[in-house]
Amino acid sequence: MSDNLHHDEVTGVDTTGHDWDGIKELNNPLPRWWLWCFYITIVWGILYTIAYPAWPLVQGATAGVLGFSTRAEVAVDIAAVEAQNAEVSAQLASADLSTLAVTDPAHQYGVAGGAAVFRANCSQCHGSGAAGVQAAGYPNLLDDAWLWGGSLEAIEYTVRHGIRNEQDFDARWSEMPAYEEVFTAEEIAATAEYVLSLSGSDHDAAAAAVGMEIFAGECSSCHGDAGMGDPELGAPNLTDAIWLYGGSRDKIIETITYSRFGVMPAWGQRLSEAEIKAVTLYVHQLGGGE
Amino acid sequence: MSASEDQPLYAPHEPIFPRRVKGKFRTLKWWILAITLGIYYITPFLRWDRGPNLPDQAVLIDMAGRRFYFFWIEIWPHEFYFVAGLLIMAGLGLFLFTSALGRVWCGYTCPQTVWTDLFILVERWIEGDRNARVRLWKADWDARKIRLRVTKWIVWLLISIATGGAWVFYFADAPTLAVTLVTFEAPFIAYSTIGVLTATTFIFGGFMREQVCIYMCPWPRIQAAMMDDDTLTVAYRDWRGEPRGKDNLRRAKAAAATAENAETITAQAGPGAARYKATPYPNKPLNTPAPTPHLNADGIGDCIDCMACVNVCPMGIDIRDGQQMECITCALCIDACDEVMEKIGKDRGLIDYLALSDEGREREGKAPRPIWQHVFRLRTMVYTAIWSLVGIGLVWALFVRSDISLTVEPVRNPQFVTLSDGSVRNTYTLRIRNLTGEDREFRVLLDSDDILRIGVEESSGIPNHVIVPANETLSVRTYVTARPQDPASTRDRTDLSLWVEDVLTDERAGEDTVFNGKGS
Repeated sequence: MSDNLHHDEVTGVDTTGHDWDGIKELNNPLPRWWLWCFYITIVWGILYTIAYPAWPLVQGATAGVLGFSTRAEVAVDIAAVEAQNAEVSAQLASADLSTLAVTDPAHQYGVAGGAAVFRANCSQCHGSGAAGVQAAGYPNLLDDAWLWGGSLEAIEYTVRHGIRNEQDFDARWSEMPAYEEVFTAEEIAATAEYVLSLSGSDHDAAAAAVGMEIFAGECSSCHGDAGMGDPELGAPNLTDAIWLYGGSRDKIIETITYSRFGVMPAWGQRLSEAEIKAVTLYVHQLGGGE
Repeated sequence: MSASEDQPLYAPHEPIFPRRVKGKFRTLKWWILAITLGIYYITPFLRWDRGPNLPDQAVLIDMAGRRFYFFWIEIWPHEFYFVAGLLIMAGLGLFLFTSALGRVWCGYTCPQTVWTDLFILVERWIEGDRNARVRLWKADWDARKIRLRVTKWIVWLLISIATGGAWVFYFADAPTLAVTLVTFEAPFIAYSTIGVLTATTFIFGGFMREQVCIYMCPWPRIQAAMMDDDTLTVAYRDWRGEPRGKDNLRRAKAAAATAENAETITAQAGPGAARYKATPYPNKPLNTPAPTPHLNADGIGDCIDCMACVNVCPMGIDIRDGQQMECITCALCIDACDEVMEKIGKDRGLIDYLALSDEGREREGKAPRPIWQHVFRLRTMVYTAIWSLVGIGLVWALFVRSDISLTVEPVRNPQFVTLSDGSVRNTYTLRIRNLTGEDREFRVLLDSDDILRIGVEESSGIPNHVIVPANETLSVRTYVTARPQDPASTRDRTDLSLWVEDVLTDERAGEDTVFNGKGS
């Protein structure tokens, strides 16, 4: 015993022979099966790096002999889901939205799928919650005010053809003139006072009386005699509490002076029929649909 | 360096052939084995009538439906804290039993122990007891050996398949699944689960056995933290047994032959005589007090070194070496030793459940303290108290929980919507859970000190009434509106609560939330 320098008397176990400030490590070897499991994991690891993408290179990484890629796998999964949805998707594509029952599977599929379409394509301007950007020209789709109408039919048309879109002949097209060179600043200010009065905001009654005449001559053709607007022309209702570009005196003067032009892509050129109908259903049920 | 190179790279495999043993602990273990395996195999087939639309299996984990059924209790995903609480109780229970009785879980109820016991039983029926098995192991592979081995493996395999098979029955309707399994119509996951569990049962119970406990299980390494000097563990009374020796058998018989003779020897020896040599056990605690004399008059310990305790040990250790990590305290060595002690006319308990604190007392010649004094101590009381608190909490939660519940999720993107008439509208998603087996109609109510109006989408014909199907959660969007003249429309935040009320029973569930106005 004592002639073996690497034997621990207390435990009766050999040590590894390593000595750190008098502390020695006992050598309790593991069973063969246990170590073989360990060796197998090493071999497995090496084989895995050969079979699958693993080693980073300067550009990209080794592809692996099995040709596996997560991107391809996702593509397969997506194709599988699309195949699964093909039938209901075709139903939605051919459906007349105004008569489609809420309980219809195609309707439910449309609302759920429309949410995804909206997040991918619409949320950049209208916001992920569809609240638009307040007073900055991106309409809030949750409220009950619609420039171009809030029925399913009207929304579908807007989505399909877009607004002021030169690539689509049928696009919605509003034309508010810029009055910078038509009226003097005083006249524009007076018109603004009248517009303020329409929605019951604070205003200068005397100036508004002057503005009323200008409004009747220039603005009422689109906005209506009472300023109620006209969804056929995309003319906003000026009597309500919603201002697409802001309802302050300065903002209204700015709008009259320089005009406003909202634009929206014609999604008919980019989305499938089912996607257009899905996003229409989704937008319609957000809380403002007519 | 040269010396370390001579050392083996692998621990040699030492096959273990536990001998049959009889005794009170073995009997207790047979009972526990029968009861635990019985519960495991039979439970999925117990029926429990829950009425229509609900499964009638007493214990069912319905993954697809996200429900856990346990007799009269039905757990929904939002009540997962029950499962968490049960796991905490299981953990604390393990702490409690470990601090009181050492590795009693390992020795009696751990599935590894129970199935290994069963497999060893099968092994003994087919191949014979220890000596026959040792001979068979050493024997060449002839027809008899092949026949015995194959028979044993087939029986093991059948047990393993039944083990894996019973597991999947907890996750689906057992009788239906049993039929589809046989007709090969069951889902792939059922077969793969059975396959994996069959393989692990077969390998762990048949071949790995003690290796699982020693090398794979973390529990032996943690348990020391819960044990102290008062923990009852299986131990060898070396102050009574040593010095051991085969020769003792003869002497013990002689001593027991005439009581008179024995008394004489005892009287002659007297206490205090230095008759013990310290025995060089490898694992003997360094702080062991010097051995003190015991009853053995002739200077010979009670241990006759018959190796019964070693031969019955399923872990292949010698308990006389003291407490070891390998020992699962299955107590079979106690049975084995007691049997021998009885035969040679000595007191039982040379190997016994013993607390470390009693060891010191016994070495000094004092009597051990009663068991209850070991068991009822601060540590076990604290574990029991925490365990009970969690348990009482769970039972309380179980009794007060309603069979309807409501969660209100305010839509915060955007926080509010201004409508064309200047009203301010907030949107809330109400999740109404109907935990009963019948459709229920609820009216949705709003409660606030301020003037607010409520409107529920997808109402059931009557405004603000919704029908929640049986055993389902219904999500409904609810609008709360403040008119321009209402203070809530211009205030920053207004408190309100939303309620659902069963139209038939008036049972209610509600949640407080906030209405966001335009702010000042």
